[in-house]
Amino acid sequence: MSSARRFRLQVFRIAVFVVMGLFFLVPIGSMFEFSTRGNSATAPRNLDAWLNIVKTPELSEAIIASLELAVITTLAMLVLVLPTMVWVRLRFSGLSRVIEFICLIPLTVPAIALVVGMVPIYRWININVNDSILTLAFAYLILVLPYAYRALDAGLSAIDLKTLSEAARSLGAGWATVMLRVVMPNMSTAILNASLLSVALVLGEYTFANLLAYENLQVAIAYVGLVDAGTSIAVAVASLLFAFVLLLILSYLGRRQAPFAQAGAADYDLAQTVGLSGGVIGRAGR
Amino acid sequence: MTAAAAATAAGRPFAGSRRLSLSWTGLVPFFIYTALFLFLPTAIILVGSLTDKDGSFTLVNFGPDGIAQSYLLRTLLASLQISAVSGLVGAVAGALLAYAVATGNPRGVLRRTVTSASGVLAQFGGVTLAFAFIATIGPASFIYETMKDRGIDFYANGVWLYELSGITLIYLYFQIPLMVIVFLPAVDGIRPQWREATESLGGNTWHYWRYVAGPLLTPSFLGCALLLFANSFSAYATAAALITQAGPIVPLQISNLLTSETGRAQPGLAKALAFAMIVVVLVVMSLYTLLQRRTSNWLR
Amino acid sequence: MRWGSLTRHLGTAVAALIVLAACGGTSGGGTASCNAKTATSASDCGGMDSLVAAAKKEGELNVIALPPDWANYGAIISGFTAKYGIKVNSANPNGSSQEEVDAIKQLQGTNRAPDVVDVGMKVALANTTLFAPYKVSGWADILSGQKESTGLWVQDYGGFMGIGYDPSKVPAINSVQDLLGSAYKSKVALAGDPTKSNQALNGVILASVANGGSLDDVSKGVDFFHQLKQAGNYVPIIGTAATVKAGTTPVLFEWDYLSTSHGKDISGWKIFVPANATIGGYYAQAVNKDAPHPAAARLWEEYLYSDEGQNLWLKGGARPVRQAAMEKSGKIDAAAAAALPKITGTPQFPTQDQQTKAGDYVAANWSKAVS
Repeated sequence: MSSARRFRLQVFRIAVFVVMGLFFLVPIGSMFEFSTRGNSATAPRNLDAWLNIVKTPELSEAIIASLELAVITTLAMLVLVLPTMVWVRLRFSGLSRVIEFICLIPLTVPAIALVVGMVPIYRWININVNDSILTLAFAYLILVLPYAYRALDAGLSAIDLKTLSEAARSLGAGWATVMLRVVMPNMSTAILNASLLSVALVLGEYTFANLLAYENLQVAIAYVGLVDAGTSIAVAVASLLFAFVLLLILSYLGRRQAPFAQAGAADYDLAQTVGLSGGVIGRAGR
Repeated sequence: MTAAAAATAAGRPFAGSRRLSLSWTGLVPFFIYTALFLFLPTAIILVGSLTDKDGSFTLVNFGPDGIAQSYLLRTLLASLQISAVSGLVGAVAGALLAYAVATGNPRGVLRRTVTSASGVLAQFGGVTLAFAFIATIGPASFIYETMKDRGIDFYANGVWLYELSGITLIYLYFQIPLMVIVFLPAVDGIRPQWREATESLGGNTWHYWRYVAGPLLTPSFLGCALLLFANSFSAYATAAALITQAGPIVPLQISNLLTSETGRAQPGLAKALAFAMIVVVLVVMSLYTLLQRRTSNWLR
Repeated sequence: MRWGSLTRHLGTAVAALIVLAACGGTSGGGTASCNAKTATSASDCGGMDSLVAAAKKEGELNVIALPPDWANYGAIISGFTAKYGIKVNSANPNGSSQEEVDAIKQLQGTNRAPDVVDVGMKVALANTTLFAPYKVSGWADILSGQKESTGLWVQDYGGFMGIGYDPSKVPAINSVQDLLGSAYKSKVALAGDPTKSNQALNGVILASVANGGSLDDVSKGVDFFHQLKQAGNYVPIIGTAATVKAGTTPVLFEWDYLSTSHGKDISGWKIFVPANATIGGYYAQAVNKDAPHPAAARLWEEYLYSDEGQNLWLKGGARPVRQAAMEKSGKIDAAAAAALPKITGTPQFPTQDQQTKAGDYVAANWSKAVS
């Protein structure tokens, strides 16, 4: 890369980050400022609003329930959606628009209307199967579909799926090996992003849990927030920070499973394919 | 399983018809799940829109007394407008941010921070987001007061924050992070070889973007923009907190019609509106498909 | 021989024990005799003690749409739990009355259906088929116009529509017309959407009555808000505790008992109830016919209408329905009663027909008026 171009790129990057940084961080800053205000214009700043959060007894149960839901939903998403998308790309390319539309419907119907349709189903589940909050995972998987599909689709477009899978199959790999050892390591960014979106969606979801009378994280937060004006904002900022730290930790986990994908961009050529196939053959023998 | 046996098993060619029937089983889990948890609720919504309070069939909700009432049509147009603008602006801004991130260190802290923050903010909305903007640039905020003291009164012609343009701006707050998250894998797929090839053929940056990277990224970009449009179209919690003008956007109308306390709840009409939203997105998707076909016909 | 006499003695002893145990059982209150689901009063259930025992046995209570800062419900819920040890599950705290009865229908048959609801009068009257009749101990203290004759719904607390304001940001309000002045630019808001929220609708009714309209004619109220919008004084966002504290909505049309809670964020917060437009409204309690915890539900009603419960509502700034009787008996919390906003005019209570008519008019004309 020429130094002039490198310079232009850096200027562009700095400009983008500064503008976006201001746009996104300033509102959060004002929320934090508001949550530390005292009781009147002259009262000193305090952290009472933040302390109220810690004093709430049911918050920890709600946090744990939401985290469990996040894990279940993300795993279910990867197990259900990714193989289907790979399968459609390989065998049924005509169906790809259909799958795309199906995965977009949950987004087009507002949650408040969709939950009306889901209520009879949930009533059946609650009476006949299970009453616990974890049954929300069924609905959350549907809500996550649009985002997961789009993130995984962008990742699938960036790799040459047909060649990779045919190479692996011709070298003796079963479909499980193809998925786990060939496709997924090449899509680690996309899978990570889809997972991040799923976790964030589950942690931020309010409407379904509320209308089905479950107490997840956001419902508990809404309740805490009604105690006091400053607390309502403090609790929102706290939940944002909580989700952010969680996702940051997750992002560090993601990187370890990509033995062949170097430096992010799938810098891929024939040598890589051979290397991959070599890895596959080595394991298929056991 | 020995290597030889594995190779034989994989290498055996499938007979024509047997291959198709085996392949279909791969799709069954997905379709069963979506049938149960997506199509069934949607069918319940549609049936609800076609029945009245006593349970008998009616088309009232789709006629001139239903969704074709002038105030509902106006809210539909307003929704479309907000969704189109926030979708487009969000897509472009998000693409720029994604590119800025992708060109950095792929294992660096900056990239991880931006992707994690984007994941969180993409789901942020509702009363708190509306309040955050009101507290930041609303009429009683520090920024507005300071600017007014310096002579710049940006609410001189009315407080636009509380109107459709304000909603659009606030929607960008979750549209841009969503774009970053869904578009980043595509940007990651840009290979340095393309740039080198363009330069070795005598092209400059403009040629590169116009003829090489641009067209290759366009299908993904359009798909992500469509997602943003649909996301904005069905978002309502933020607008609900911001505006008490009788639901200027469709999802607010749906919410009003379902949960009104003043006794004006009309669930049938709400469901008809929800169904109309699905139809709108179906139309937009068809346009998007046509566009895709034109721009990607040489990709495969 | 010895076995025979031993058996006879043992037999007599055992029989005596059984008789004693049976006597002891029935005198202990007999939870078996309390069929809470069909009990229409505490005596039906064998007395308050057996009701309490049955409720404790159930161990839980499902309530819905009870924000902790609404008429002091936070203290009421914790008071109930402290007194009886029954866990209260509070769902959908921001829900509307319609959402409460929807939840009864949608969660029917599950363990999470609401046991009791606190709804606006309109929703109460429209949904009596969902409720179970129950007469609380203080039944006689409640006026017949404020309860359904068999106890399907009973009014619990009420208040008057007021205009709360922050005196440090705006001048004192002495009449509704003052709000059109330039000192109130970009400062006046409602606490909800009048086409959807009962509270906001009553705010518009107040504006109408204060401007020459009446309970039957809400058009003057819609016109008034149109004028407010033209003058640039109307803020179209939903006023909440946060927006009041942030200074975005220093003037807010709200029920007086909700308005008093802003006093903890803004010292000196005042509430103005116009003498010529004193619009009042009451909410109503009802028990779910298919409540998953029927005894706990009925015990909750007893608690709410007891002196303790009614005084807690009074502390929250609401006017409890047994207030007159408690003042006579001296059980009222005098300090809390004195802290209520002063009412100088004649209270007017819109009937359900008037509310419906107003609601229809507002729904058709509001968006034109304020956009």
